[in-house]
Parts: sequence; structure tokens; C-alpha cells
Amino acid sequence: MYKYNDFDTAFVTERNAQFRAQVERRIDGSLTEDEFKPLRLMNGLYLQLHAYMLRVAVPYGSLNSAQMNTLALLAEKWDKGYGHFTTRQNIQYNWPKLSDVPDMLDALAEVGMHAIQTSGNTIRNVTSDHFAGAAADELEDPRPVAELIRQWSTDHPEFQFMGRKFKIAVGAATKDRAVLKAHDLAVRIVKNDAGETGYQILVGGGLGRTPMIGKVINDFLPRADLLPYIESVVSVWNQIGRRDNKYKARIKITVHEHGIDDIRARVDARFALIRPTFTGADQDLLAEIKTHFVAPIFRSGGIETYDVAYKADPVFRAWADTNLAEHRHADHAIVTISIKKHGATPGDASAEQMRVMADLAAKFGYDELRISHEQNVILPHVHKSDLPAMHAQLKEHGLGTANIGLISDIIACPGMDYCALATARAIPVAEQIATRFDELKLEHDIGNLQIKISGCINACGHHHVAHIGILGLDRAGVENYQITLGGDATWSAAIGERAGPGFAYDEIVPAVERIVGTYLEIRDNADETFLETFRRVGMAPFKAALYPEAIKKVA
Amino acid sequence: MTVIVTDTGFGPDTWTAGYGGDTALDLPSDTDPVQLVERLAAQVQMIRIAFPSFADGRGFTIARQLRLSGYKGHIRAYGHVIADQYAMARRSGFDDVEISEELAARQPEAQWLARANWQQNDYQARMRGGSPAAA
Repeated sequence: MYKYNDFDTAFVTERNAQFRAQVERRIDGSLTEDEFKPLRLMNGLYLQLHAYMLRVAVPYGSLNSAQMNTLALLAEKWDKGYGHFTTRQNIQYNWPKLSDVPDMLDALAEVGMHAIQTSGNTIRNVTSDHFAGAAADELEDPRPVAELIRQWSTDHPEFQFMGRKFKIAVGAATKDRAVLKAHDLAVRIVKNDAGETGYQILVGGGLGRTPMIGKVINDFLPRADLLPYIESVVSVWNQIGRRDNKYKARIKITVHEHGIDDIRARVDARFALIRPTFTGADQDLLAEIKTHFVAPIFRSGGIETYDVAYKADPVFRAWADTNLAEHRHADHAIVTISIKKHGATPGDASAEQMRVMADLAAKFGYDELRISHEQNVILPHVHKSDLPAMHAQLKEHGLGTANIGLISDIIACPGMDYCALATARAIPVAEQIATRFDELKLEHDIGNLQIKISGCINACGHHHVAHIGILGLDRAGVENYQITLGGDATWSAAIGERAGPGFAYDEIVPAVERIVGTYLEIRDNADETFLETFRRVGMAPFKAALYPEAIKKVA
Repeated sequence: MTVIVTDTGFGPDTWTAGYGGDTALDLPSDTDPVQLVERLAAQVQMIRIAFPSFADGRGFTIARQLRLSGYKGHIRAYGHVIADQYAMARRSGFDDVEISEELAARQPEAQWLARANWQQNDYQARMRGGSPAAA
């Protein structure tokens, strides 16, 4: 885990003092509301539908128990007792008072946290693989590179007032668990044919109202070139990206309009100027950062208690089957704690639950936790013999839901319950789908199926890359939900295909049920996932199930 | 009248040659820095870059490109720049900021001096072994 040095601490202290003064200067009129807005946004503070919202950065989703306990403290002391984990591995609080926010930021600074650049037209909190440091399929731990990018992008003087936001993700594994291809810029740690480690860089991915899959701009970048290269990309975009229309301002549009070859040529020219300003200090810093991410000394020992519980306890077995992932050490497991209890708001955790997870991490998990973009919490290293005891405690606190990767493990944006931009509710739709399929007792039989729900066209719920995507719109004052099928958030990324006309609020759950019913009927066997079936048979059978009237009319 | 902001606070404009001759350039924020550098005449000593709105951050990239390309003359940020952006302007290669009297009254000198420590707490300088991003 990264620990702040004196520089980081002094930086955050100064920054918090500046923000405290900015709040006062807004009140005394030195700053107009227009001027204050981007300043509060670059410090994580939004104005939502009903209140302010503070989005706290969890850089690349990594945190320790003391930090998780502080997140619980914020929820209890300054909010309504809960927080919401987000698709950028952050946490947001929905009800803070403006006057309390400087104190909240100071409390975060005490455990080496901040809310910097979680919003605004800045380079946002860098995200990464939530299994980083534990996954069996990674080339190296991607977090040191993510931390280097965090430091480089923090308060970068050139990039605080850009045309729009800029999102970066870092991955280093065979499987992509960080939705790399949906980012403005993605860094993939790779090896070339000569066996050297370097970076593949993608640009121009994104969701929103114009979903695009990222394109390779540089297939292999030497390690020392990373920061100057990223800086060149952002600098070129900051100059030529469109500022006349915020919906055309993201780099995906710039890449689309200019073409990837033109962008590459501009970036290469700028890189020639910027590269000499990096003389190796960044590489020394990276080497130092890496010492913070040395793997814990994993304990050894038998796993009999695990084997016994797995055989004897069907509830534990169901949880182990869905919520555990392979660890690079065979006697350990990666545990995903579901923040998707059936019928509850996806991603919401109470202060008490946060403390329980912090305690479990301290007791069983080498003091490490992760937040996933799928809005769950992960304990990346747990010895298998500790799993039965841990599961028992999770169950006691509403954290034992066995549904990771299943139909009720839904990503949903806050929607019209909180968000000023939303045109439809998202959370209640997620709750109803989860509750319905829990009643049907079908979800384990259905297997891997990702539903993602956005409450407006901005697509914060990632619906474009869902196996079943749901987009809530406003049609003449009435909520209407469009369905897309066949999206994919992994390295084989795909944008889902629209099924047809939308459904009313009370029709959407039955519509999802018809899609799933069709899948269960036509899948080759129980091992063929929904996505595999969709890719084999295409849209037609699902369309027939969704719109039986249309079929009748044609007949 | 306008106010010139430097690390020592508010002061009068000491550039007396104006922007009509061939020693100074007055540029809009959508200037292409690549073309600018290619055509830059040797006698230019002053380049003023407009900030039509504080939210238009293209000027930071223009100043930085000028410095990276070896321009050693004066660079001035002009228009709607707020005190909170002073450190960004200095770190990007601007020498000073020119603001209206109205803005100077609303954001008095002390608010700008609070950002005169722009050489401290600078991640960019750390990444580059101590020198600011635009050096």
C-alpha cells in the first residue's frame, strides 16, 4: 500500500487549506458561483439534485483498514451513515453540508486520502485492476504505475481547465478487469518479443452518449517514456479538442474527427519536445513507489477448515463458488464482498459494514482492501482456512450475498434518486431485478450475466458494455427504458446492440425476464454463458421474446 | 487600466511598446502553438495570451509549448484569470498575469500573494528532478 511521504502530506495539507479559503471566498463574494464551481469540482464536491455530494478518491481502488475506518467515520459524522462505492473505484457521500466539507477533507488527509480531481474537467482518479497484486494472470502489479500517474496528474498546471474530463486506467493482466477500452487513455503493461516490459497505450475509448472502443496509439512504449507520452496526448487534446460543444469535447471525438494517425503524428511531435524534460527523476520515483507495493509475506498452513466447510455447508459453498477468485498462491483466495444484497441499493455500504470490512481486512486480509468498478469490496489476500470464520461474520452484517458475476450483481448509476442529470430511476430497477431473480431462485443456474443500468444518456452505469444494458430515458415526462444486448466490458470489448423500442418502468423487469428465459431455453448447455449464446445466435430470438406483437403483425 | 500580477503582488504595466509593432504578439486562446512556434520572429519579446474565460485552459498549453520550444521572452496571461490559477500560470511558463481593475478589486492582492509560493508543493517539479514543468 502506498504511504504518503512528507511531500504528499505537505501537498494535501496545503490543498485543503486552499479549499477551506475558497469556500470562505465564495461566501464573501471574492469568487463568483461560476468561478467557485470548477474549484469545488476539482476537489470532489458536486451539487446534486437535493444536496452537495462529496466524491472521495480511492486511487486505483486500493485502501487499508485505517482508511476504510475513516470512510466509515465520514459517513457517520458528516453524512447519513452510509456511503456509495462508484464505478471509478471511489466512494461518494450524498448529503454533506458545504461548511463541513473542509473538515471532512482534513479527516481524510490524516489517513493519506483526498478528494482531488474526482470531478471537473481534469485528469480524474486513475483506476486499475481490482485484483492487482493478487491475480494469478498479471505480468506485474499495475498499482505502482497507477500511483506514478496519480502523482503526475495531481494539480498538473496545464491540465486543470481542460475542455472536458480525462479518465486513465492501468492494467497488467491477461484478463482486463478495468474496462481499459472504455477509457480516454488506457495503459496496458505488456512484454514485447524481446522480453522487455513496456506499455501499450490506447486512446479514445469512452461510454456516454457516443460510445467508442479505445484504439491503440502506441503498441510498445519503453518504460521511461510513459509520463512524457501521456503528457503529450493530453496536451495535444487540450489544444485541439473541441470546446464548442461539451458533448463533443472528449478525446474519443477528437480521435474520431482527426483520425488516429493524425493524432499519433501530433503526439509524436509534441513528445519530442516534452521527453527531454524528464531526466529520470520519475523513474527513481517509480522505483521508490514500487517498494510500497511489495506483496505481504503470505502465511502457510493447511486448508482443512475450508474443505470441511465447503463440503458441509451449502450456504458457504454457494458463496465460495461465486465470490472467490483464484489467488496466485493456491492456499489463498481473492474474496469479493458483495455490496449488492438483493433489494438493496447497489454499491451502498453503511458505516457499520465499512468497519466490519476494515476489521476483517486487518484480521484476515493483510490489512488490504480494494474497491471494484463493479461497486463491490475486495479482500485481495485471504488464507483459505480463514474463509469460513470470515464468511460467518460477513453474513451477520448483510455482507454474505453470494452473487458475484450473477444477474443481481448489477452496476447502477444513482439515477433520478440523487443525480441532477438523470432522466429516469436506476436504483429501484436494479433492486427489483435482483429481488425478482432471487425469488425465482434462478440466478446460479443462469450463471455469469452482467446487467448495467444508466439513468440517462451519459451512461455512468456502463450500460453500453453490459451483457444486458438498460438505459433509462424521459419520453414526454414518462420514464422509458431501452435495452441493449451483447456488450462486453473486457479485452474483447463490444458496445451492446439496441434491441428495439423501450419499455415503461413497470414493463422493464418482465422484459429482462423474457430475455433470460429465452437464453435458458436456447443455450447449448449450462456452461454456455449468456454472452456466448448471444454471440452464437444474435439478436433475433431475443427480439422475438421482447416484442411478440411485432412478430404477430408480420405474420 | 489593468493590473499586472507578479510574485510580489499588484503593479503597473511596464510594457510600454504596445502590441501593434513587431516586438509583441497579442494572441487568442485558440492559437495553434505548433504553427506559432514555426513562425515566431526573433525580435518578439512579449507574447500576451488571452483568457476569454477562466474556464478556457488552452492558454496554459500555449505558454508551455512556447517555453519547450525555446522562447525566452516575456509571456503574459491576459483577461479572466482568477487568483486560484496564478500558480498554474507561473508553472506553465507565464511571467505574469494582466487582470482588470474590477477583478483586482474583487480578488485583492492578498488572494494572489497566497499563490505566490508556486514553486512549492509541485508534483511536476518532483517528476522532473526539481525543475518546473516549463523550464
